[in-house]
Amino acid sequence: MRKKVIQFIGFFILRGFMYFVLAVLLLFLYDIGRKGGGVISWEFLTAAPRHGMTEGGIFPAIMGTCLVTMVTAFLAIPLGMFSAIYLNEYAKQTRLTRLIRLSIRNLSGVPSIVYGLFGVILFVNILRFGTSILSAGLTLGLLTLPWTITASEEAIKTIPNSYREGALALGATKWQAIRTNVLPYAIPGMLTGTVLGLARAAGETAPIMFTGAAFYLPYLPKSLGDQFMALPYHLYIMATQHHAITQVRPLAYGTALVLIALVLGMNMVAIVIRYRLRRKRRE
Amino acid sequence: MELKAKVETRNLNFYYGAKQALKNINIICAENQVTAIIGPSGCGKSTFVRVLNRMNDVIPGTRAEGEIFLDGEDILSPKVDVVELRRRVGMVFQKPNPFPKSIYDNVAYGLRINSLRDRIKVEQLVEKSLREAALWDEVKDRLRENAFTLSGGQQQRLCIARALAVEPEVMLFDEPCSAIDPIATAKIEDLIQKLKQIYTVVIVTHNMQQAARVSDYTAFMMLGELVEFDRTEEIFTNPSQKLTEDYITGRFG
Repeated sequence: MRKKVIQFIGFFILRGFMYFVLAVLLLFLYDIGRKGGGVISWEFLTAAPRHGMTEGGIFPAIMGTCLVTMVTAFLAIPLGMFSAIYLNEYAKQTRLTRLIRLSIRNLSGVPSIVYGLFGVILFVNILRFGTSILSAGLTLGLLTLPWTITASEEAIKTIPNSYREGALALGATKWQAIRTNVLPYAIPGMLTGTVLGLARAAGETAPIMFTGAAFYLPYLPKSLGDQFMALPYHLYIMATQHHAITQVRPLAYGTALVLIALVLGMNMVAIVIRYRLRRKRRE
Repeated sequence: MELKAKVETRNLNFYYGAKQALKNINIICAENQVTAIIGPSGCGKSTFVRVLNRMNDVIPGTRAEGEIFLDGEDILSPKVDVVELRRRVGMVFQKPNPFPKSIYDNVAYGLRINSLRDRIKVEQLVEKSLREAALWDEVKDRLRENAFTLSGGQQQRLCIARALAVEPEVMLFDEPCSAIDPIATAKIEDLIQKLKQIYTVVIVTHNMQQAARVSDYTAFMMLGELVEFDRTEEIFTNPSQKLTEDYITGRFG
């Protein structure tokens, strides 16, 4: 009897905490939705800001965030996946690889402003990409790498060793075993982790504010070398730097709502990709 | 009848790091015969078969000393192509390990990685292998279904078919029946009897009756050492070592 009571209390507490977290999240979304939902309109999504950003829309910022995220993806997806494959399948488990792995884990805890400053030095100054989509995207790519590597490694680790051994025992080379019998089953997990990392990068402000994000641009960037507007930076300006801060508050909330929707959308894409690949594999 | 030595180990030592798992093993596996390796857990019997196709190479820090001859060629020599060796020396593992693919693709896997592109040839070999593994009649109408839909015993026979498809010369079985039920076990034992007409078979088992039933030669190992190696009848009726007798009569192990 007593065991059951303890179990009941245990579950009750766990459930309570779960609901608490959920409630905070919902409250947060509700607040933003209530204050920002009113400004969402076709014009808000498709027009550039006007009158010192007190009117108009946020189209350049949406486009900027999408473009910069694409650059990030181009760097972070292949590099992250290949590093994970190498670390997990090929690298000997020596003190050096342990150190590298530890460093990667630590990098995921480095404040994003540090990445921003690093990006300025490396991409803007040394490599002379200037303040641009390219510099900002690459900076965000570096920020995402530790996440994509770690997520990809975890995904690869879930593949049973018997798949590798089975393939090797049939006369497969190591690469054949990995390519045909490990990666196909690891890729859904790798992609999920990677897209989650990208979604996080899309919402970052600090790494892009020095490397390419512009305060206000009424036109869209024409090449990767141009500056751009981005949702998180736009939001930051509307919320803290604007000359008519109370007047533009609804616009700021609207921007936040769009940013959240974008991130949520990316996460949904990750879920759909994973679901599709898993179903395909089961057939 | 004169028997030909298909696989022969000479003074074989094997180490996991500093720990020695095989001590000076000399065994001859005769062509078209079944050689059983028995012994208590941790005696090195699985290690022994995994050395024969150099599967242990993938474990870091392992090292083999001595010689293993396959048709007179030392397979421990650095010149040996391990990938080709593993094609010639097939292996069936303790737990059935079908790949998460269709039944057909499981069997065709080894053919495809060995670059057999001719679809008709692949189809023929898949059918031949499934027949040899006594699985064809059970799966011929469901070749496109996922291999995980098979029962444990069927999965193990599928793994046997998969290994046979690449036309090996030697088949290694590492406790192939330890994870499946008695009826499925009987089928696999029958199968091993048939397979020896074409292949040289080495089977590791902790089930002594199984060794007595399926094998022509039996090696009894303990603590990494070969205690006794002889014809199976000799080992089970007239062992020369006290240790062997104690083990097969169930006094320990």
